[in-house]
Amino acid sequence: MTGTGPRPETRRFEVAESAAPAPATEPLFTLEDLSVSYGGFLAVGGVSMDIRPNEITAFIGPSGCGKTTLLRCLNRMNDLIESARVEGSVRYHGVDLYGPRIDPVEVRRRIGMVFQKANPFPKTIYENIAFGPRVAGYRGDLDDLVEESLTRAALWDEVKGKLDEFAPALSGGQQQRLCIARAIATSPDVVLMDEPCSALDPIATLKIEELMMQLKEDYTIVIVTHNMQQAARVSDRTAFFTVDVKDEGARTGRLVEFDDTGVIFTSPREQSTEDYITGRFG
Amino acid sequence: MNRAAIAAAPATVGRALTAKRRDLRGAAFRIVLLGSVLIAIGILVTLIVDIAARSGSVWGERSVTDLLTTEMSADPARAGIWQAFYGSLILMVFTAVLAFPLGISAAIYLEEYARDTRVTRIINANIRNLAGVPSIVYGLLGLAIFVKLLGAITGPNVEGRSIISGGLTLGLLVLPIVIITTAEALRAVPSAIREGAVGVGATEWQAIRHHVLPVAAPGILTGTILSLGRAFGEAAPLLLVGGITTFFSSGGAGFVETLQGRFSAMPVLVFSWARLPQAEFKALTAALIVVMLVVLLLINGTAIFMRNRFEKGVRT
Repeated sequence: MTGTGPRPETRRFEVAESAAPAPATEPLFTLEDLSVSYGGFLAVGGVSMDIRPNEITAFIGPSGCGKTTLLRCLNRMNDLIESARVEGSVRYHGVDLYGPRIDPVEVRRRIGMVFQKANPFPKTIYENIAFGPRVAGYRGDLDDLVEESLTRAALWDEVKGKLDEFAPALSGGQQQRLCIARAIATSPDVVLMDEPCSALDPIATLKIEELMMQLKEDYTIVIVTHNMQQAARVSDRTAFFTVDVKDEGARTGRLVEFDDTGVIFTSPREQSTEDYITGRFG
Repeated sequence: MNRAAIAAAPATVGRALTAKRRDLRGAAFRIVLLGSVLIAIGILVTLIVDIAARSGSVWGERSVTDLLTTEMSADPARAGIWQAFYGSLILMVFTAVLAFPLGISAAIYLEEYARDTRVTRIINANIRNLAGVPSIVYGLLGLAIFVKLLGAITGPNVEGRSIISGGLTLGLLVLPIVIITTAEALRAVPSAIREGAVGVGATEWQAIRHHVLPVAAPGILTGTILSLGRAFGEAAPLLLVGGITTFFSSGGAGFVETLQGRFSAMPVLVFSWARLPQAEFKALTAALIVVMLVVLLLINGTAIFMRNRFEKGVRT
């Protein structure tokens, strides 16, 4: 997957500055021939890719292409769906996440998740943040941790005087930042984000994007997004997925192309990637 | 539509948008619905007014406390409902203590832990069927098991016809209802809350304990308390397991003796008083029904109160 580098004259999107070819590092996640099926129907098949640490990796592609399904394999959230079957391997720091002795709870403490629809617990703001550390047996000062997490999620100034208020009463953008604060409160390595801005207005979206840029200093971020400008703005590497529709109506997603974001948005190898990012997708 | 047509619009659009459809079916449907509501309310009001009127002669001579605290008697002038009132209350407590923990636990298991297999589906379908089984069948079951088979434990001195037998029977009767309402309350909890909890590294149990149950609690409480109302009004199963309607002493016994002793209950007393020939008993029956309605209202009121409190509690 060697790109030819950005060609300014064909740029259709403003590409993040850091999209220069990244130094070769050990991958954080290694996916090998990963397939997920729901009740016998293959949802996404044969995905192999490496995800590097301290980068933002974006998954883009049309609805039904398996981006979210794949994302949920990275912290075993698919375990919650009874009919889901995962084949192939996901290695995290070289350890097979689907190995026989792996505890999914431990996996999720290291690989946090932010969902498409902000889902604060129907409790106070404080309790939302404190819950994860508490169940993980956090021994430090919870008040400090709550403040620190909210500060890192750029929410502290807005909520500092009302930590005991009901979290679902916050605005949509604040709720989503609260969910990000909640995800980083357990000090994970990785934060998975499943279309975190799809329900937010552009201003709230911008705040979340700025936040992601800051967070990647300390965390690895994998984001699913329908917003291609967003992928172009924030991500270092972009994976484009598409969906194949069989005669019987079965829809199976597959990875088309995975490269530096600059390459994907300026000079993709595949025609279908080009079609998708230019809006000609049929 | 071309530009010319758009230019000609105001008059055309005005005509097009003016109501000309008479939605007769819709109007008729609405009237039918309203009629149904009125009939239902009408019957209920008639019943209540009728019962209140019939009980009028009793309230003229006796106070509520007098009626409640006087023991049962064959003489209408001296007859009260003490044993039945007291019996019903103990039965309710017994039923709640038995059926709530059991039913709620079963529902949590079925909803949150059990995998969706053929077996669990069959079990769920059968629990629904059990909720629809006529209460007299539960009475027969109670008679066979708690009275006959386990009589030596449930009521050694009364041939098993004890409060324990009655309470166990009512507990069985409401168990499927408790399971179903609890399961529905759990199903109504958005899966996003479970995902959120599991997503920050909570175990299944922690997610259920800290997030799912608190959200489901108002629904669970309402459902279970309402199921108590059902048990409170049942006469048939209690008649079979030995609820009695003649005088018996209810005083001076210890806790276990009371539970193993004979009992009466308000619906059972209604059943027997209503068959007595004296006109005074007809009025007493009506008065008893009024008391029962008030108790039911209290039970349902408690359910609503608890639900509101819990919903506020979740919001703090």
